[in-house]
Amino acid sequence: MAKILGAIGTSHVPAIGVAVDRGIEDTPYWKDLFAAYVPVREWINENKPDIAVLFYNDHGLEMFLDKKPTFSIGCADEYHNADEGWGIKPIPPLTGETDLSWHIVNHLIENDFDPTVCQDIKVDHGATVPMSVLYPGHKYQGTKVIPIAINCERHPMPKPSRSYAFGKAIGDAIRSWDSGQTVVVLGTGGLSHQLDGERAGYLNTEFDQMCMDKLVTDPESLTHYTNDELTEIAGAQGVELAMWLAMRGACSGPVDELINVLIAPISNTAAGVQLLVPKD
Amino acid sequence: MIEPIIEGTYKFDGVAAKLGYNLNKMCFTFNEERCREEFRQDEAAYCDKFKLNPAQKEAILKRDIIALLRNGGSIYYLAKFAGTLGLNVQDVGGIMTGQTTEEFQAYLDSQGVGKHNG
Repeated sequence: MAKILGAIGTSHVPAIGVAVDRGIEDTPYWKDLFAAYVPVREWINENKPDIAVLFYNDHGLEMFLDKKPTFSIGCADEYHNADEGWGIKPIPPLTGETDLSWHIVNHLIENDFDPTVCQDIKVDHGATVPMSVLYPGHKYQGTKVIPIAINCERHPMPKPSRSYAFGKAIGDAIRSWDSGQTVVVLGTGGLSHQLDGERAGYLNTEFDQMCMDKLVTDPESLTHYTNDELTEIAGAQGVELAMWLAMRGACSGPVDELINVLIAPISNTAAGVQLLVPKD
Repeated sequence: MIEPIIEGTYKFDGVAAKLGYNLNKMCFTFNEERCREEFRQDEAAYCDKFKLNPAQKEAILKRDIIALLRNGGSIYYLAKFAGTLGLNVQDVGGIMTGQTTEEFQAYLDSQGVGKHNG
């Protein structure tokens, strides 16, 4: 059966992609953040997961308000990125893994989740920034990717408890896939931030650190928040905790924490970097 | 008009999404350079093409981001509007909070953690 080797939590702010493009990772503003990725990249190089199952949210590249899925699963051979309107350079295409995608879809429907199935989608910075930062030089060609999107834009959006359960069901699907391949689960976005309104710029790093710690020891305690509560405590876009909860849900059971770093501000956000490994 | 649910925070829900649909649809087109260029050539005509209401059109022409939020704008598409104007999210943060970009950046920095080099 397929095996989940680990789970990585990471920011996906566009500015990180711009920093990679411009080669300014060593400048004072960026140095600490990129230093946090060094041991994560080493772990990837040592463990070489075959597939990255990547939780993200689309910010209006592919999924406009006309038809916006609550949960969606990429089932394509390849995923392309495109111009998002502010000049971040598109990255080379990501290779899909359709056998596992369809296995996940079948498993989810049998277990009472009903996602939108996407056989042709563009992926935005929510997916491309994590791949760029985890695989420098875009050397991810040997790694297949399954992008899984959670609506974090228009309310109502999935409750945190539901995103956690969704991740759990996806973890069960991966572990029941008859294959010798290995998987890393990526939870992207967050952590606290608010882009819009007179309260723009609000961060809550104390809450973020608590969330990262609880993701290790007691993730279920984080599922009791409502999205309105997260908006108040962690900012309007703090609801992106959904993807971290899905990631942790996928690693059912106890985990060892190898990396836990929180850096702020990165653009208008607090950026977490976390690496969790399921205990055998 | 969309009222804040907590101070300075507008919830983008069904009511806002209905009110802001045409505005957001226009800003969604800014994913494409040819649309950004068409907007730059004649901003008012581009707003009319997407049937923005008078308040939305005025807010676009005045770069009044708060008024756009109050008229159903989603920050995801407003960010593309900002990109069309050559503004980044710190510039937009400054505009919304009545500060310069530098003051807004200083507010972010005042909440900083984990940076030893910058």
